[in-house]
Amino acid sequence: MTRRTRLRLFLVSAAVLAVVVLAGFGELPAFGHPGATFGAVLNALSVPQRHITDVVTAVNFTYRGVDTLAEEFIFFAAVTAVVLLLAPGDDEHADHASDAATGRWVPQTSDAVRVLALALVGPTILFGLYIVAHGHLTPGGGFQGGVVLATGVLLVYLAGEYTHLHGLYPDTVVEGIELGGASAFVVIGLIGLAVGGTFLATWGPLGQVGQLNSAGNVPLLNVSVGAEIGAGFVLLLSAFLRQTIVLRRHPPANASGSA
Amino acid sequence: MSVLAYGVAAWLLFVGLWGIVQSRNLVHLVICLAVVQAATYVLLVAIGYRAGAVAPVFAVRLGTVAVDPVVQALCLTDVVVGTTVTALLLALVVQIHKRTGSLDPDSLRDLGE
Repeated sequence: MTRRTRLRLFLVSAAVLAVVVLAGFGELPAFGHPGATFGAVLNALSVPQRHITDVVTAVNFTYRGVDTLAEEFIFFAAVTAVVLLLAPGDDEHADHASDAATGRWVPQTSDAVRVLALALVGPTILFGLYIVAHGHLTPGGGFQGGVVLATGVLLVYLAGEYTHLHGLYPDTVVEGIELGGASAFVVIGLIGLAVGGTFLATWGPLGQVGQLNSAGNVPLLNVSVGAEIGAGFVLLLSAFLRQTIVLRRHPPANASGSA
Repeated sequence: MSVLAYGVAAWLLFVGLWGIVQSRNLVHLVICLAVVQAATYVLLVAIGYRAGAVAPVFAVRLGTVAVDPVVQALCLTDVVVGTTVTALLLALVVQIHKRTGSLDPDSLRDLGE
């Protein structure tokens, strides 16, 4: 198919799609309408019933917690798939001393980048922990905080070398954290089944609204998700960096003789 | 104002699709798919908006009118799924570049041979 044929085909199907989309948008509630009942009910119930001031967290971890479990395992499966896809192939080898054109000038990472990245590691990790811990109070939680925590690890790579990053965070340990986070979510849900009668039922002391140690098991769920997402992103980063920096394809067997 | 949010969602959908069709670079193509997905974020948040309402966080003002939290939670799910799809596709792109030495989608037709 030439580019021109493809473009014509796209314009025709896009026109059809545009008609369908516009017809669909026509049926949508007007912008700023009084709102769906379910959302209003949750807004009214979240604080008195669950002691959670961030209603989005209340939806994600209590009222709709099972969906979040599935979402967490979508992420888990995707990380596994990426690590598998980027695994060293039969025709690849690790090559740490990779500069073939020796003698040329290689620009070093500037000291400004190194110092700034290193200085930001601590605050970033602290901020990530804060976001994870306050998921039930203010916008945030395990998903968002986990990504911030993984950013802290990426800063270590920016400040140093790939080998430092790999030495600091061995894959087996990170995989363990990811697995632990994912399973902890299931275990917390099963405790809810045992105590409250339904899977992921809220358990534990509800505490005082607005306090860090309130909302029962929800902070625990956030910590488990934060561990899984943070570790998962570190695995993703590590897989991409390894593929780009360390792994090299073997030269074809009869190309140059010595390799 | 009332149609602007829905218009932006439709615009993101079609401009992203246009980018995918016209793409000559696989990384660009993956990012175009992310743009298409951004249309769903805008649509979800627009559907949940209520005139004069605040964010569904009651840490400060208990009892005020807030926007729909359900679509915002869906949006969060959407972001997570979007990220994983992007990561997965970029991993495929890395391998394609490694095997074929090219990032042009049009060069992929020979893969089956």
